[in-house]
Amino acid sequence: MANIGKLARRGGLYTLLGGFAFFGAFPFYWMVIATFKRDHDLFSPLNNPFLFNEPPTLDHLRLLFFETHFTGYLVNTLIVGFAVVVITLATAVPAAYALARWARGWGESLGIGIFLTYLVPPTILFIPLSRFASFFGLQESLWSLILVYPTFTIPFCTWLLMGFFKTIPKDIEEQAMIDGLSRFGAMTKVVFPLAISGILTVVVFSFTLSMHEFIYALTFISVSAKKTVSIGVPTELVRGDVFQWGPLMAGALIASIPVAVVYTYFLDRFVAGFTMGAVK
Amino acid sequence: MTPPARPDSSPPSYRGGVFDRQDTLAKLLIAPAVLYIVAMIGAPFVLAVLYSLSNATTGDPSLHLVGLRNFTAALEDPVFRLALRNTFVFTLLSQSIVIILSRILANALLKPFRGKWLVRFLILLPWTAPISLGTIGWLWMYDSIFSPIDWVLRYLGMLGTATALLGPQTNMYWLGVPGLAIASVILVNVWRILPLATVIQLGGLSSIPRDLIEAAEVDGASPWRRTLMITIPLTLPIVSIAFLFGVVFTFTDLVVVYVLTRGGPVQTTQVLSSWTFFKGIEAGDLAQGAAISLFMFPVLAVVAIFILRLARRTEVV
Repeated sequence: MANIGKLARRGGLYTLLGGFAFFGAFPFYWMVIATFKRDHDLFSPLNNPFLFNEPPTLDHLRLLFFETHFTGYLVNTLIVGFAVVVITLATAVPAAYALARWARGWGESLGIGIFLTYLVPPTILFIPLSRFASFFGLQESLWSLILVYPTFTIPFCTWLLMGFFKTIPKDIEEQAMIDGLSRFGAMTKVVFPLAISGILTVVVFSFTLSMHEFIYALTFISVSAKKTVSIGVPTELVRGDVFQWGPLMAGALIASIPVAVVYTYFLDRFVAGFTMGAVK
Repeated sequence: MTPPARPDSSPPSYRGGVFDRQDTLAKLLIAPAVLYIVAMIGAPFVLAVLYSLSNATTGDPSLHLVGLRNFTAALEDPVFRLALRNTFVFTLLSQSIVIILSRILANALLKPFRGKWLVRFLILLPWTAPISLGTIGWLWMYDSIFSPIDWVLRYLGMLGTATALLGPQTNMYWLGVPGLAIASVILVNVWRILPLATVIQLGGLSSIPRDLIEAAEVDGASPWRRTLMITIPLTLPIVSIAFLFGVVFTFTDLVVVYVLTRGGPVQTTQVLSSWTFFKGIEAGDLAQGAAISLFMFPVLAVVAIFILRLARRTEVV
């Protein structure tokens, strides 16, 4: 009897998890199907939509890569993501270090203050920032995105890195200074290498958050060749009012999966930043 | 030639360079980040407030202050009032559902089972994949003719025949009927935030000391009582954090509504962020757009205060 109860609980657990996994992943399964389905099969309402009623095809992928700007969107996304990572590292790493190390009291408050600016949403800032962009002649330029995206990466990453630096004991750098390194040298040669996992986390987030961003890109960029994937795919793969579902789904899928794999690996650290002091 | 003196043989050096004075160095290191935030968040925020008090348009962006006219005009606009109500309804409904589901899911994920990495990957997809691309998948699932949901309903005989439960028409038109469109938008919001809330809750649940629960078990407390007396009070801060961040992200989100409905049918799914975009950017009325977006600010300020309080209260320093 005990075994049956255990079996039932096991079955219940798998059903529950299966249900949630289905809910989370179904839209992406749906993209896979549409990516490889022939148009004729895709647009026959009587065909079973979950299966391939006709042999699969690579037509949509060919169209996506050779007849749209999709590869351009990917390249633009990489350029913006890379530049944002550089700016974020250059500003957030030193700030976080200084806040975590030297500034008691006001450092903590300033750190929290910086984190709170993360809560000022793009939906309030995009109208004035669009004027900034046009004032500096940066509309339709990737530079507008490169300069604006750090507004959400710097606050969050500074906060995240403060946590990392606090876990590195002060003795290590004090010892390094006794050994003859300067204050600055102790920081760059001893502490930063120890914080490498935190720095890597910041690299991943700055890149993924830039890639996810939608509102600024939608507002600043309207020339197809300059778009990033997050706006290029939803706005450009439409002819007139007709969505090109095959290439559209293929593009969404191809851009989503790699970033999702990396992000999944780092998500726990990301969330540790959100929860701040609420779990200790 | 004598080898250069090894650094560790010399006494601690106190060269008075800029990089050795802690205060100066600290300020130098913090300055770039703070300046960036002031220039790119602070200044635009002030400009948004100024715009909201002006009559600026994209054609004539010069600032002539006109007082609170934009705010009163917004409040008199029925579409704005609907957007305001929708923003609250969508956020509160979706986040209430998210908190319940994420608790159930987090509890299940705590148990050991095979293939955890795969289940985790699939469950997290809605949060880890770019939201605009995930929502495009939903747009195709809600298609007015080729929706797989409709196909299943027809297959089950619930749709498309004279006696069918949901009516004789062949499709539900998920995004074409006001009530269904609202439900569709809320569902995608739930889908999107659920992974984040689940991971936050997982952190809270796994931080409960095991011996506390075991002690309660030994004392004969029922599972229901253990939940009520131990798990819920101990995880309340973390549940609140999950809820508050879910609120921030849903309350300010433009993508779901923009990609799925553009606020339609007949503006019934318009929210503050989408209405800001359509008024402020597409229609070019900067002043109106800024005013509409600032209606979000009081809610965000309140949320920020709650987050701060939670962080402070539980901080062990």
